[in-house]
Amino acid sequence: MAFLEVRGLEAYYRQTQALFGVDFVLDEGSITAILGANGAGKTTTLRAICRMVRTDGEVVFDGQDLSGLSTERVVGLGIAHVPEGRGTFVRQSVEENLQLGAYTRKNKAEVAEDMESVYGYFPRLGERRRQQAGTLSGGEQQMLAIGRALMLRPKLMLLDEPSFGLAPLIVQEIYEIMARIREREGTSMLLVEQNASIALELADHAYLLETGRVVMGGEASLLRDDEDVRRSYLGY
Amino acid sequence: MDLFLQLTLAGLAIGSIYSCVALAVVMIYQATDHFNFAQGEMAMFSTYVAWTLVGLGAPVWLAFLLAVGISFLAGVIIERVIVKPVENAPVLNQVIVFIGLLVIFNAAAGWIWEFTIKPFPSLFPEDLGFKSTLIGPHHLGVIALTLGVLALVFAFFRFTRVGLAMRAAAANPDSARLVGISVGWMLALGWGLAASIGAVGGILVAPIVYLEPNMMAGVLLYGFAGALLGGVSSPGGAVLGGLVVGVLENWVGQYVPGGSELKLTFALILIVGVLVFKPAGLFGRVVVRRV
Repeated sequence: MAFLEVRGLEAYYRQTQALFGVDFVLDEGSITAILGANGAGKTTTLRAICRMVRTDGEVVFDGQDLSGLSTERVVGLGIAHVPEGRGTFVRQSVEENLQLGAYTRKNKAEVAEDMESVYGYFPRLGERRRQQAGTLSGGEQQMLAIGRALMLRPKLMLLDEPSFGLAPLIVQEIYEIMARIREREGTSMLLVEQNASIALELADHAYLLETGRVVMGGEASLLRDDEDVRRSYLGY
Repeated sequence: MDLFLQLTLAGLAIGSIYSCVALAVVMIYQATDHFNFAQGEMAMFSTYVAWTLVGLGAPVWLAFLLAVGISFLAGVIIERVIVKPVENAPVLNQVIVFIGLLVIFNAAAGWIWEFTIKPFPSLFPEDLGFKSTLIGPHHLGVIALTLGVLALVFAFFRFTRVGLAMRAAAANPDSARLVGISVGWMLALGWGLAASIGAVGGILVAPIVYLEPNMMAGVLLYGFAGALLGGVSSPGGAVLGGLVVGVLENWVGQYVPGGSELKLTFALILIVGVLVFKPAGLFGRVVVRRV
């Protein structure tokens, strides 16, 4: 069985159905990208895995069925969600944001160690550790969101459009760091992106979502070379 | 000059009680965006619990500590049982729940303990080992104890893991859930803490205003005024606001002709004035909402 297995996933916002039976799998240690246009259901897929929306269908993570669990319990299993809009605790300091990321962990020494390692990945956060997080730039807040997720020592990271609203150079920088995190920590990642070209560069596998359904999936290179995907999502 | 100092010190003492009530109100406001109108009646009820314990023979300090502890549990239970079911209801429904709580506590206290006015013992000895004409022993004790309690509360929020989690849950519930914080329980904990802080205020004010079911009506009003003056988004501001209101109240009572009759009016004027001219209060943040 795959590390993360999603079968027939449906999601609802009140009466409106947003996902219509999404299926995909993610192997341990791999990076899987979910691509799609606005409103395709990419964010909803991540939110459904974390039980933040009403869902139907099956999500099995590391052998455990997630249905019926609360969001906090899902997080406790080692799934860290870097949400849309970064979810910064704006009035808390950078350091407090990172401490919050480690909320479910007990071992203080390990937490302190991991905080240093986050500052290692993102030296700019280290320089601003006492600063109120709301005063950081967009790129820095995205780094903080990823750093906060790392503080969980996650087995799986869900990343919701880490490139959103950022300058191309910053996006490049963040993606390089994500590649380094995977290399060093072996963290599995489920990545949602509108920026298909950069996501396909990093990912091993990719799925294409259209109006709440998976319309295509496979090796990232396969999607990269596909004529339709290239025209619709990569734009060349 | 002596009179002025006496008034100011007594004002600080009563103001520190307003600060407790203001802080309790602000804590719940921060987490839920609503004023808990029942905060005062909950504190009054806690004070009756302490009074009953004293009547059963408990030393007054033990009764105080027990009542504060019981209030904490009661606050948690009230949140879980009464407030949580309406947390997603429209504002008006929630306000009505709070007012309902107010009426229930008031009536229940009258029913259990009757409406007759009862004296309540001070936590502090008559003889402190020194004499001062400027401030009485109870008032001095009130200032010391409330400052101690408030310092503890701030240390809790500032330096502990749970305190940080409570702040995070109030500020950004979605993100808090995503780092594994149980937001619902943090809210319940907040209610418990607020009830405890209110109980401290109630037990300290009872020897001054005497114990009766309506004893917190004025105190709550001054507490609101303090909270608004300091800024409902700023716990520190609310505490300072409570102190300022206490002192101003005493000055108005003495130096404004007919002022002693107008003390409550003054609190209302302050509330309206702050809301009109500086809605965020002195230390609050102006929150801009995109619509």
